Amino acid sequence: MRRALLLLPLALFLLMLVFLFRGLYLDNDDLPSVLVGQRFPVFNLPSVEEGEPAITEQALLGQPSLVNVWATWCVACRVEHPVLNKLAAEGVVIHGVNYKDDTEAARKWLRDLHDPYELNISDPEGLLGLDLGVYGAPETFFVDAQGMIRYKFIGVIDERIWESDLAARYQALVDEAQP
Amino acid sequence: MIRLIAALALVLASFASVAAIDTYEFDSEEQRARFYYLSTELRCPKCQNQNIADSNAPIANDLRREIYRMLQEDRSNEEIVDFMVARYGEFVRYRPALTAETAILWFAPAAFLLVGLLALVFMLRRRQKAFKSAGDDHLSPDEQQRLQSLLEKKDRND
Repeated sequence: MRRALLLLPLALFLLMLVFLFRGLYLDNDDLPSVLVGQRFPVFNLPSVEEGEPAITEQALLGQPSLVNVWATWCVACRVEHPVLNKLAAEGVVIHGVNYKDDTEAARKWLRDLHDPYELNISDPEGLLGLDLGVYGAPETFFVDAQGMIRYKFIGVIDERIWESDLAARYQALVDEAQP
Repeated sequence: MIRLIAALALVLASFASVAAIDTYEFDSEEQRARFYYLSTELRCPKCQNQNIADSNAPIANDLRREIYRMLQEDRSNEEIVDFMVARYGEFVRYRPALTAETAILWFAPAAFLLVGLLALVFMLRRRQKAFKSAGDDHLSPDEQQRLQSLLEKKDRND
């Protein structure tokens, strides 16, 4: 009994090692979003495109959509962009929020790399980004037909993650919207 | 040499403290203090091991600006922190709110201390008992006599 007790510190140490070792490989970058399950925030922002009327959260209602937060300074967004183009071609409704960006550069980007977005919301001050709890781009919100945020994906959407996880989430929102 | 190092340290320290604060003008010292308090209490969502006062990430800059804006609007500290939590989650608090989820964070250190103290008391009492029982062990008359003779022998040899 006494001898077993002497081994206690060693056991505690080993337990600690297990936790620390696990900690080395934990990815803490993905924070759970508090906005999931809440209404998409109210906003009134100009369009990226010249001569277009201002856009409000009302424009998101009626059909499920992905709201993709992007910027030309965001390197990962460039990687993501072809995937968004492909998804848009397949009929996925994607809206863009051009976050803290130079509008002229954003227009050029959309001209050169193709424009997958139905709505092009311009958020140069990051006001909507703040209300969305955005802390880096790209981030993508899954919004249902009633304008509720149902899921948030942080990072680059690639084909693998779309096929394995995100497509089903989007499809569920589409199925839900159909009577 | 030591003077040089001290001077260097002072210069570096001054950089660290002015980094976030000096770009804003405050109506009062109290407001400045609250700005400082809030920006050191809130964690930068992008660079998670810094508060937003220390971080140079653009998002930290935005959050400082928001704090400043809300201070100008005479909002209370709680309102400002709630505003941030509503957008970025509980995570932005360096001092987590006391809820069922965070109870372990708050009480684990006290619990560990208690366990340690109990173990210490337990060990001390056992040791005391061992001492006492050792004191009760008087020598038997035989042993007493033997001790005496040994001591005498030692005296003679000296």
